[in-house]
Amino acid sequence: MHGKPIANTRSVMGIPTAKLAVYWVIGSEIVIFGGLIASYLMHRLAHPEWAFDAAHTDWRIGAVNTFVLLTSSLFAVQAHHYAHKGDGATAAKWLYLTTGGGGLFLMFKAYEWSVEIGHGYTITAAPFWSFYYTAAGIHASHIIAGMIIMMFIAQTAKKNEELHRVENIGLYWHFVDLVWIFLFPLLYIAK
Amino acid sequence: MSEPASVHHDHGAHDDHGHDQSFVSKYLLSTDHKIIGLQYLLTGMFMALFGGFFPYVFRMQLAFPGLSVPFYGVVSPTEYNALITNHGSVMIFWVAMPVLIAAFGNYLIPLMIGADDMVFPRLNRLSYQIFALSAVIIIISFIVPQGGFGGAWTAYPPLSANADYNLTPWGSTLWLIAVAVEFVAFLIGGINFITTAMNSRAPGMRWFDVPMIVWMICIASILFMASVGPLIAGAVMLGFDQNLGTHFFDPKAGGDPILWQHLFWFFGHPEVYVVLLPATGIVAEVITTFSRKKLFGYKTILYTAIGTGILSFFVWAHHQFIAGIDPRMANVFTVTTVLISIPIAEMMFLFIGTLYGGSIRFKPPMLFALSFIALFMIGGVTGIPLGASGSDIYLHDSYYVIAHFHYTFFPIAIIGSFTALYYWFPKMFGRMMNETLGYVHFWVTAVTVNGIFIPLFVLGAAGQHRRIYNYNHFAELSTPDLQALRIVATVSLVIMLLGQFVFLFNFFYSMFFGERATKNPWKSCTLEWTTESPPPHGNWPVDELPTVYRGPYEYAVEGRDEDYWPQNVPN
Repeated sequence: MHGKPIANTRSVMGIPTAKLAVYWVIGSEIVIFGGLIASYLMHRLAHPEWAFDAAHTDWRIGAVNTFVLLTSSLFAVQAHHYAHKGDGATAAKWLYLTTGGGGLFLMFKAYEWSVEIGHGYTITAAPFWSFYYTAAGIHASHIIAGMIIMMFIAQTAKKNEELHRVENIGLYWHFVDLVWIFLFPLLYIAK
Repeated sequence: MSEPASVHHDHGAHDDHGHDQSFVSKYLLSTDHKIIGLQYLLTGMFMALFGGFFPYVFRMQLAFPGLSVPFYGVVSPTEYNALITNHGSVMIFWVAMPVLIAAFGNYLIPLMIGADDMVFPRLNRLSYQIFALSAVIIIISFIVPQGGFGGAWTAYPPLSANADYNLTPWGSTLWLIAVAVEFVAFLIGGINFITTAMNSRAPGMRWFDVPMIVWMICIASILFMASVGPLIAGAVMLGFDQNLGTHFFDPKAGGDPILWQHLFWFFGHPEVYVVLLPATGIVAEVITTFSRKKLFGYKTILYTAIGTGILSFFVWAHHQFIAGIDPRMANVFTVTTVLISIPIAEMMFLFIGTLYGGSIRFKPPMLFALSFIALFMIGGVTGIPLGASGSDIYLHDSYYVIAHFHYTFFPIAIIGSFTALYYWFPKMFGRMMNETLGYVHFWVTAVTVNGIFIPLFVLGAAGQHRRIYNYNHFAELSTPDLQALRIVATVSLVIMLLGQFVFLFNFFYSMFFGERATKNPWKSCTLEWTTESPPPHGNWPVDELPTVYRGPYEYAVEGRDEDYWPQNVPN
């Protein structure tokens, strides 16, 4: 039997099935980052001396990266706009730009981490740095995963197939962006 | 869905899948929810052989310390620790969860809501493959140098975080990876279950027409999803502590070992309800069918399940009463813990209410369902002294805790699974199980479980601490009457394990040689009984997918000729 099961074509809740599943994915991700951020916050409040380590993070690169991610989210919105109109080719172009934003984010991050590790602030240097690399690292792995999935979706969108996926990856991308909005002040600005 | 037909034609008996396929594409790489459910079931049963063999070895060591255990040999302290750790881990993560949630969730949800498959069949197959990988990793962790992880299934640091303490650098990391990979499999599977039940119900099936087991598996999946995240983050942190030299949980370098306990039990306590709720769903289905009476208080059962689920997020610190938490905080958690017994007790009373005035048939699945209620009640009542922080300080980490825990988990994981297997076996394999062997299996299991765990209550109340390799090293615990209780428990365990061979024989013999089952051998109302046994690929012919006209439990409705009124019959 080819194609999707009948189950996949039903929509009792009035929400497309794939979108519903993406919402549940995001729900489970919120708890993962929520646990991590809550653990960090509990420690941070109990240990004011972590501020001395936090002072060595580079808030300028963090701010630029926030800007880069927010801009890439705007590109994802553009991709959705064209996918909604049925223009898969243009949507794919915007998806490539979104992916490029993720790549730029990772490049800034790589530079930033190289400098910090060069100054001796490694993951084992202090508890603050352990949290810093773990939280930003798990976030970065989500960026990488999103970029890979987006490249696949762009390939099908180019052929005007499965255009609903453009919106779904956009939802995920906004979520990853939102996590960074939490991490940036907590890791860079709070001194 | 599945691959198009391969080279061979006319394979013989099993061509009800509509296509001729090779064994690999039909049974190993299938995207059919029924095959994936059976894969989970058989993998869980296979892992139960490990999970059942380990307690045999360590109970023998406790009853006859230092003697060579038949089929194993002399048990060393390191091996003892690895055995108890992996007994807990395997039974919860590789037996209870795959069988209760994944096997029955996969098999039953599409059938019971009148769909042809899960909404994401390939994702479903991926979920099983990731789960199978995690099972392989945990098995490998026993045979690496220094042996399997021995830091207990709760993996408290610093013991679990530092190889200098646990002495199992390979085993502890592999254990952690296996658990984390298993979580991923269940997150993927759970999203599939919830989305399928939300979006793909048959025409006419409203929220309160959904069978209780489907509700329970979905609530359990949501609980799992909402509670496991912090532990996934914690597992990353513990893995870094083990292998990168970070100090998240190391107090001497500014870390906090209690943080792990919070992350673990924030997951660990809802996890109890993640496996409990599917078991109660199974019991609800079986009790109403074999009482020939409508399920008493359908909505109330549902609300108690949701209430339990919400409360379960606010009780976790009752595992940490002696871990140095603030006594005022302990009071709060005592109150929430005692509160959570109210909805669950109410659910049990509603099951008893279903029995009242029913026309009860004591078939094997019904006996198992009834013993679930009886045993779980003992488990629940003995939990109250543990939930109250004052008495817990005495009972903590004693065998009383072990006995209480097993009086809840044995009914859930073992009795619940057997209830479901005896009930749905005819649907799964198209044949009936042997009833006489079923009765033998039931009585052996239901009697010996008490023989194992009642002595452990006594031993725990007498002060026997858990995780001790040989009690002869403690003068006050090596008295002959305490030792006699340990021997009673061990002998009961051996009899119970032997009794399971009756089940295994019955299971595999009936699969091939049992009496042929009809579509609806138990005269049940839910949709899975309206198709063939076993159901064909796609469950129903494409143009005959069922439409639902009423709730799932319309038994003994007045004015009808038959005492059941299936959901798909228009009038």
